This record gives sequence, structure tokens and C-alpha cells, in this order.
Amino acid sequence: MTLRPDGRKPHETREITAEAGVIKQADGSAKFKIGNTEAVAAVYGPQELHPRHLQNPKKGILRCSYNMLPFSGDGSRVRPGFSRRSEEISHVTTKALEPVVDLTEYPNSVVDVFIELTQTDAGSRCAGICAASMALADAGITMKDMVPAISVGKLNDTLVIDLDGEEEHLDENETPDIPVAMIPRSEEITLLQLDGIVTQQELLDGMSLVKESLHEIADLQRKALKKQYEGVVQE
Amino acid sequence: MNNNLKDHLKKSLKQDVRVDGRKKHEHRDITIEKGAISTAEGSARLTAGDAEILAGVKAEVREPWPDTPDAGSLMVNVELLALSSPDFESGRPGIESIEPSRVIDRGFRESGALNLKNLCIKKGEAVYGLSIDIVPLNYDGNIYGLGGLAALAALQDTELPGLTENNTIDYDAEGPAFSLKRKPIPITVYKVGDLLLVDPTDEEENIADARLTITTLDDNKVCSLQKGGSAPLTDEDFEQMLNIAFNTREKLMEALDE
Amino acid sequence: MGQVLVEDKEIVAPGQVIATGMDCIPGKGTYRDNEEIIASTLSIMTVDGNVFKGIPMNGRYVPQEGDRVIGRVKDILMSGWKIDLNSAYDAMLPLKNASFDYIERGSDLTKYFALEDYLSVKITGVTSQKLVDITAKGKGLRKLDEGRIIKVNPQKVPRLIGTRGSMISIIKKALDCNIFIGQNGYAWIRGEPEDEVKAIKAIRKIEREAHTAGLTERISEMLEA
Repeated sequence: MTLRPDGRKPHETREITAEAGVIKQADGSAKFKIGNTEAVAAVYGPQELHPRHLQNPKKGILRCSYNMLPFSGDGSRVRPGFSRRSEEISHVTTKALEPVVDLTEYPNSVVDVFIELTQTDAGSRCAGICAASMALADAGITMKDMVPAISVGKLNDTLVIDLDGEEEHLDENETPDIPVAMIPRSEEITLLQLDGIVTQQELLDGMSLVKESLHEIADLQRKALKKQYEGVVQE
Repeated sequence: MNNNLKDHLKKSLKQDVRVDGRKKHEHRDITIEKGAISTAEGSARLTAGDAEILAGVKAEVREPWPDTPDAGSLMVNVELLALSSPDFESGRPGIESIEPSRVIDRGFRESGALNLKNLCIKKGEAVYGLSIDIVPLNYDGNIYGLGGLAALAALQDTELPGLTENNTIDYDAEGPAFSLKRKPIPITVYKVGDLLLVDPTDEEENIADARLTITTLDDNKVCSLQKGGSAPLTDEDFEQMLNIAFNTREKLMEALDE
Repeated sequence: MGQVLVEDKEIVAPGQVIATGMDCIPGKGTYRDNEEIIASTLSIMTVDGNVFKGIPMNGRYVPQEGDRVIGRVKDILMSGWKIDLNSAYDAMLPLKNASFDYIERGSDLTKYFALEDYLSVKITGVTSQKLVDITAKGKGLRKLDEGRIIKVNPQKVPRLIGTRGSMISIIKKALDCNIFIGQNGYAWIRGEPEDEVKAIKAIRKIEREAHTAGLTERISEMLEA
């Protein structure tokens, strides 16, 4: 019996496609699709920040917002507008990206990142961070590195990378799910959450296991950013 | 908007040269990809020039409205995302998204394209409610036209999910057959000065003085109208706009059926 | 002795290792991490001796003293005009810098520049907090009547203009258009309608292919067709 419903190996991610420069009116943008989860991110900024009291005279601020489109949920329609879940994910997304961006050249300004999920099948916040990181680079923002993100989970005592929707619901108790974002060069963690029960050792093993996938994703992100400039001389 | 710039664009229009080189009555080429969204019951991705619109249909089981106990429901919602344009803001929907939502909704409702009675599960207790969400991911004008067309394509792509014994949605079961009896296509003709044009870009929308959305059906029939903008329309305008709309319908029907 | 890991004019992405060695110098768009020089922007990497510099592919405009830009009047105050520079930073155009006429405080400023007017101006100073001073007095600086205003990528403006205006002259001559490209990414074009459309097509092509060789010939060919 195969461990994973779709036959993937434990450390195998779903198929990933990444593309930059997808939203014409934005200053930078990207699409990141992993399996059936697709995130689109657009950056506007640096631009004027209102209200004034939020301005930082030493550097620009980063402001991310995560949202699921109404038809993107795997069940019923997602009502547009405010949700506590989206607020929290927006916040941890901002925290995941802040450590790499350098906005000292843009005092008193804001860099807005809008992340929209067009369809989801688990791993949406990680896909969002991947798309957002690419969009920031696409917008010409100064960054130490890319920020890849993916989940590690546990199925039947085996640690697996990139849980999909079916796997999330396999266990009657929740399948343990650990979304992680990392700065590749230093391997420092910028997003870390856990839902489910795991042992201390499993946690540490999971963190080791996920690093390789994260490095691969970072390579894909950089490739996609450059790809938009290849082969432009056609017409 | 700066009047000098507006006048200059109007001068070009008089010579039948639009910002992207099209003629006044020329619609952008359209591509439609049905089934683009895996989580929707029906969906479409439409592109026209730099514009890209996603439309997705979701079905739920709900109680029918008291005055129509054996009819399902349809709701249309246009989402203008801050992601799509520097002119859109997050937050409570304004008239910019509410008006196209209601206009496109009425187009479907009044066309009789859907037999809402076919969406009845148990009279007085349970019916299918359909929501169509239209999202211009890359905004470049003409949400009234392109949005309506994308929604129509999404409805054509729709398959109703099945039901459990308790009349709740069962995505793994097949639902009743669903199809459209008619193809209502809203076409919006814009008035700039004295001139009429179809399928404006974002830049052109900003200089328009008025618009008329005409929801067309086959056999030269119209099922819904909406005039927008501050400038009035003359009788000649109206007659011309109807002609332009029906000429345009042909081209759009081709794109829909590919 | 260090190692250079990229070719000259290669496009690099943040986090990518450009070179190793303590004698390499990290210029704009790069930083040093111990022995390594790392790219910090999506950019075209150039090597000048041992200085590594990345020319960004994208990025919103940051006002710089000496730049000639196109601004849009977004507000009119007692002391002058507030000008949108297509940037996170607006500029103030004070009365004394608006015209060679003497403008009395309290007079009707719309006679000179009204809301939504576009004007070509020069940036005379930028503070550390990015307060921007501009002047509309000077050769070639004026209100831009008629014509079309489009946005272009501010990072591609040097390529659009060309060395000593060589690229933009090709377009202006071939299409008999007036064109002014502001360093801040607003561009103004005026000509016959069809020529304006062609000019914009050429500008978009230059933006897309700015990082490639042989662009000047391709643009000339395109304009001849």
C-alpha cells in the first residue's frame, strides 16, 4: 500500500509552476502553483503611506495581505471580506518576508503585497509566501535572498513534505502539519507554525528534511524571475 | 482627468485610431479557457488584450426564498482587487463593483437562460443556490462586457455537484444536469464626446462620458439595459449603440463556442 | 584570488552568488557575505574591474537631484503646487520656481498650472527624508499640453533615451513625434494618432528587450516597416 494517496514519495513535492510578471499594472508580481494550490501576488510600492502615524522615518514598511478568492475553497464558497484567518495569515506572511527585505532607501513609504489564492488544496499560505517573495524581487525591492516556503507533515509515522488537501484530512485526528519558510543562504526560519501532535525529535527531523525542498523551491523561484527575460527577441 | 489629454485622445478617435491602434467598433481578440479553476463547479479564464478575468461558479444547498419555494437562486458578484490595479482599494465594495455585479446579474436573470426551477431539490425546503464570482485579475477596462462573457463561459462549464441523503453537497456524486437555454451576452458601448466605441481599455474608460450596457440574446433580442455615466444619450446614439452591440455579439459568440 | 561565477550582463536574482574572494567589491545591487558577493536585486550584473554592480530590471522611481522628470499637479496650495512624481515621494513646486513671472501669493495659481496638468520639471534638491524641491523655470521646462502621457519602467529610461538621446531620436525622426521621457517613468508623446500608436509600440519593445543586444537595429527596422 502506498503511503501517499497520489503515490508521491515522502520527500516529493507536488508539481510546481512559477511565473513572474503576471499582473501588468503592478510594480512586481508572480504566480506560484503547487499541485492544485495557486497563489498570485502583486507588489505596489514603495508608495506613499497613509495614515501618517504608520510612517517610519528610517525605512519603508512591508504590508502583506492574504486573501482567498470566493471560488478558491475546496468546499463551499468563501465569503469575500474580512476573516480572522486571513488576518493572521497576512500577519505571519509579513513576518516571514520582513527579515530579507531592505527598505532603508524608502523612508516613510509602504510596500504593499497583495496575495490572492485562485484555488486551494492545502499549503496556501506557503504558496502565498513563495509568490510574494518572487513578486518583491520582480518589483526591484532589495532583498538578501528569496523566501521559499512549504509544509512538512506526518502520515502514519512517516515525515512527508508538502501535504495536499486529501492528506490533511486522512487522519481522524488532524494530520500534523508544519508550514515552514526559510532564508536559503543562512537556513534561518522566518515562518514556523504547527497544527497537530508530534514529538520533539520528529519536529527536529522534520526541520532537517524540509530544508532540501526549500532550497529547490528557491532555485525555481529565481529561475522563474529570470525566465521572463529570456527569448524576448522573437517578433 | 486632464482635459487636454482627454481632448487629444478624442482627436485620435475622430480619426478612428484608438490608444492601442484599434478602430472604434473593434473588440479586442478574446480567448476563453473553460475549467481553469479546479475548486469551482464551473469556471473560465478570459483574456482580451492585457485584460484577464477569472469567473468561478460555486453551488450550495439553501432554503428557497419564501415567495419562490420551488426555485433555486443565482447571485453575481464582481470583485475588484487591490492586486489588480493601483486604482482599486481593499475594503467595503463601492459602486464600481456593485453596479457591474447587479447589471451582469440582471442580464442572466432576465434572459431566462437558467431555469431556476431546475435547481429545486425539495420544494419549500432545499434548492441549489449558485454564486458567480467575477474577478478581473489583470484589469484593463470593460468589466461590464468581459465580466459578463466570462461569467457566461463559467456557467457553460458548470456541473452541479450531487447530494447526500440529507440534501447536503456531495462533491463526489453527480448532480442533476445543468445547461443554459440562452446565451445572454452583455455588450457595453461607450460614448466619448460624440463618438461611440466598444470594449474600452482602462485608459479609454477614464475619458468616457457615458456608457450603455446592452444584454443581447439571439434573434436581435435584448433582455436588459443599463445606462451609466453623466452625459446624456441621443436617439441616434441609442440606435447606433444597438447596432454596434449586435454586430459585436457575433464575434463574441465565436469566442465562446471555441 | 577569487572566482567570478556569472557572465558580464547576466541577469541575476536575490540570493544568487556572484563571485567569491576578498578582493571583489560589492557595488549597488550586491552585498558581501564573508567570502561571497551576493546579488540583492533582480538585475543585470556588470563587472567593472573588481566592482560588481547590478542594474535593476524594475523599481519605482526614487527622486534624484538633477533629474528631469514629468510631474502631475495633484494639489494646489497657497505656497505652490503639490506634484505627483510617480514615486513614493511628492514634490513641492513653490511660487518662485513656477515661472519667470512674479507670482503673487493669493493669486489664481490655476492660470499657470491647474489640477491634473502635466509639466516637465527639474529636481533641484532631495533631503534625506526625501523631501523634493523642483523648478519649472529653465530650458525646456513647461506645461505639457496635448499629447499622451504613458508610464514607462523608470529603470529602462536610460535605454529608452539612449546615449546622448540616440535611441529616442530614431523614434522621433521616423514618426515625426515630439517625445519627452522623464527619468521618473512618465513619458509624453505628441504626433499624429497613428504615429503615436507606433511610437508607443516601439517604446514597449525597447522596455521588453532593453537587456538584449542589437536593439537599435531592430527598432530602426520596426519603424521602417
